[in-house]
Amino acid sequence: MARIIVITSGKGGVGKTTTAAAMAMGLAQRGHRTAVIDFDVGLRNLDLIMGCERRVVYDFVNVINGEANLNQALIRDKRCDSLYVLPASQTRDKEALTQEGVGKVLEELGKGHDYIVCDSPAGIEHGANMAMYFADDAVVVTNPEVSSVRDSDRMLGILASKSRRAEQDDEPIKEHLLLTRYSADRVERGEMLSVDDVQEILSLNLLGVIPESQAVLNASNAGIPVVLDNESNAGRAYNDMVARYLGEDLPMRFLDTERKGIFSRLFRG
Amino acid sequence: MGLLDVFRSNRNKGSASVAKERLQILVAHDRAYRNRPSYLPKLQQEILEVIRKYVEVDLDAVSVNYEQDDDQEFLELNIVLPDAAGRG
Ligand SMILES: Nc1ncnc2c1ncn2[C@@H]1O[C@H](COP(=O)(O)OP(=O)(O)O)[C@@H](O)[C@H]1O
Ligand SMILES: [Mg+2]
Repeated sequence: MARIIVITSGKGGVGKTTTAAAMAMGLAQRGHRTAVIDFDVGLRNLDLIMGCERRVVYDFVNVINGEANLNQALIRDKRCDSLYVLPASQTRDKEALTQEGVGKVLEELGKGHDYIVCDSPAGIEHGANMAMYFADDAVVVTNPEVSSVRDSDRMLGILASKSRRAEQDDEPIKEHLLLTRYSADRVERGEMLSVDDVQEILSLNLLGVIPESQAVLNASNAGIPVVLDNESNAGRAYNDMVARYLGEDLPMRFLDTERKGIFSRLFRG
Repeated sequence: MGLLDVFRSNRNKGSASVAKERLQILVAHDRAYRNRPSYLPKLQQEILEVIRKYVEVDLDAVSVNYEQDDDQEFLELNIVLPDAAGRG
């Protein structure tokens, strides 16, 4: 049975889809059979980030409704054999994701895969609930700003009370924090919450810190998950994240500003 | 205090420390709210009914407040009785 990982946040635009693509690609590159599912019905964009948008024929909702079978809808990644993408439906109504339907698809996918990564839509409504309901692990993607941290905390409340594991009194979902769009410069100037600040409030297992980086936009422009760009800080930070998820003990990188010399620091005050 | 600490102390002047303080309050409040037992509204209703058997109180005379800290839960019950003149 596959392990199900939900990438969630509450707030929109924090980097969930970027992270889902990175997580899935990172796991697959390490040889794990991985599927990544876009739960953002109506706002499909995981396929764009993965660069497979022109190969979409059937989608998640088609499979749930029995209009296509799973193999017809899954798109195999061209760069990595062990990675499959299940795109979201572009047009249907959000209620099309029924709990029963989602459960069936996950069960079938779970037979042939080691990991299933679920890219959650924003919000705390139906779509987000469906994405997290069956999860074993949750990566809570958070930006270092007030509304994102608050929404992450609310999402933690939902994970702890409305998931299958909660309802069946199983061991709770394993929650991890991923801090993204982090700017060490701004933290140093006191303009942005630091990792420690966020950890003091959320106190979760810290899976990684992804720096704010132009490389993310470049990657999404090109349809290549940023985790494949090992030249960039963001790409390397995402690789570290995947390695940590798999149990490696790596120090956090990119938390400090580039060494600029003591004098420039002194003058900046 | 080392030189580094002097630099660090500058951080407290930035907006990040305000953000952190606000968040701590906000999140504590959110958590208290979501941890409220679900029976509170019904409890409030039933207490009101019992009181009204004996005293003519307003429908909003009973308020129930739930709070929680690290190791205790508090249920605070407030009942406003009418003026002495109004009592039978
Ligand atoms: N580390 C980062 N640095 C710079 N931009 C980022 C970073 N992470 C995400 N973004 C940008 O933020 C926007 C939202 O990202 P996305 O992954 O789609 O978030 P979500 O799925 O949570 O809505 C995108 O334009 C993306 O390129
Ligand atoms: Mg998204």
